[in-house]
Amino acid sequence: MKNSEIFLIRVRRRLLDAADKCVLPLEFLGAVAAALPSLFRKKGLRLREFRYYLALCGSKSLPIVLLISLLMGGVLGIQAALQLTKFGAEIFTADLVGFSVLKEFGPLMVAIILTGRAGSAFAAELGTMKVNEEISALETMGIRPVGYLVLPKLVAMLLAMPVLTVFGDVAGIFGGMAIGVSVLDIPFAAYWSRTIDVLDGITMLLGILKSVVFSLLITLAGCFYGFQSTSDAQGVGRSATQAVVASIFWVIVADALLTVLYSFIGY
Amino acid sequence: MTGNANLSSDVIEVRDLSIGYGKRTVMEHLDFSIRRGEIFGLLGGSGCGKSTLMKHLIGLYRPQKGDIRIFGESIVAAPPERRREMMRRFGVTYQGGALFGSLTLSENVALPLQEFTDYPPEKIDRIVREKLALVDLADFGNYMPAEISGGMKKRAGLARALALDPELLFFDEPSAGLDPLASAALDRLIRSLRDKLGATVVIVTHELDSIFSIADRVIMLDKSVKTAAAIGDPRELKEHSGNAWVKSFLNRDGLKGA
Ligand SMILES: Nc1ncnc2c1ncn2[C@@H]1O[C@H](COP(=O)(O)OP(=O)(O)OP(=O)(O)O)[C@@H](O)[C@H]1O
Ligand SMILES: [Mg+2]
Repeated sequence: MKNSEIFLIRVRRRLLDAADKCVLPLEFLGAVAAALPSLFRKKGLRLREFRYYLALCGSKSLPIVLLISLLMGGVLGIQAALQLTKFGAEIFTADLVGFSVLKEFGPLMVAIILTGRAGSAFAAELGTMKVNEEISALETMGIRPVGYLVLPKLVAMLLAMPVLTVFGDVAGIFGGMAIGVSVLDIPFAAYWSRTIDVLDGITMLLGILKSVVFSLLITLAGCFYGFQSTSDAQGVGRSATQAVVASIFWVIVADALLTVLYSFIGY
Repeated sequence: MTGNANLSSDVIEVRDLSIGYGKRTVMEHLDFSIRRGEIFGLLGGSGCGKSTLMKHLIGLYRPQKGDIRIFGESIVAAPPERRREMMRRFGVTYQGGALFGSLTLSENVALPLQEFTDYPPEKIDRIVREKLALVDLADFGNYMPAEISGGMKKRAGLARALALDPELLFFDEPSAGLDPLASAALDRLIRSLRDKLGATVVIVTHELDSIFSIADRVIMLDKSVKTAAAIGDPRELKEHSGNAWVKSFLNRDGLKGA
């Protein structure tokens, strides 16, 4: 065989391998989509698991979301103030903080916190179930593992993240306000009325819509890598890491796309 | 004979089966049948592919080649939905127990009942207690899998496999990690499942004592030739097999350099 032929064969094999890699996530998405209708059947959603994940992703994540968002709002406030005081435009700190928090940092901070808290936990949990042959056991019981294990997580995340985002938004705005009032000596009433004046419901809703998309991405990435885990302890660790990296990547990509999209409709 | 349309007494038929992972073949040219009401052993050295073969028989993995027919129907060719229906007729235990870590033992046993029957909760409770008592775990219903020993996990897995009174049972090393008395009790339990319920049992085990006392026939998987070295009655193979490896395996004289 000539060298060129060998080269072509190698290229072909690489391409086929790459195609295989693309098929897996699609198969997974297909399985999740196929399981969705079962949500509306009797016993469709496992309430116990759903409640467990709702607590994990929701109420138990609330303190850290509030704290991080408050700090983030404060940091934004300082950065804005440093520049705006040059123009004597301190009061616009309220605009800058308010819009950045509602449109970007609120949803984004919640997404990053939940990637760490929930996404990695999903991957590790499913990976461990694989090591234990629990997933095989489900299959031989005639239960579809994807529907059974993914849906409670998905529904819990879809509910929890938007709500957390609202809390994060409020905390972020207060963080900025704390800086504005204490450091810049803007009167509280002035900062508050400026905030109320410039912010609108649609901006907030668009931010919350982002968090809905993020919650999907984080859950799917976590569960996908969990199911892909190899059946050993390292495999479980690796799948958790991959889940975190992938979900942060996709969250940022989705954020960029949505931001561009929003700018087209004037937001 | 039950009113089943399937007249053959073979519950499982395996034809020219090759199994493995990816491109690597673990066993090939497997040809055997398992009859209704039989206790059938899968034997062979560690790592020879017993668990792999069992997972193919229950339809978890697709073979590299060949066919597996269960109750006359190919589980290899069946579409996923049909395969799941076929799987529901099996009771399976795994080498490590495979209990659901987030559920108590009772909930583990109750799960298949909740999923696939419309029994009222009291009836499910009663069946769960009955199955746990069968494997001597009556007092441990409220324990989590992480709180019990390895042998107890295996027994709990067995109770779960029996929840729906399946007609076809697959046990992967059910007695490994059990003390001699518990192991003998398990042998009695397996025999009574066959005798009372007419179940067919496929069992992977290293315990020669239990093989000789309960197995009707065995298949002996030889790692060195990647295929079955013998199929038949273990007591007969022990005495009369023409295959040196089979003989030394069953007579436990492998170390004498047979
Ligand atoms: N998930 C897997 N991926 C790749 N190879 C595997 C996998 N599971 C098992 N193998 C390989 O297949 C071969 C057979 O493994 P299997 O678990 O079936 O052995 P076994 O006969 O059940 O052994 P034991 O008696 O120790 O349980 C082994 O060589 C093992 O390396
Ligand atoms: Mg094994």
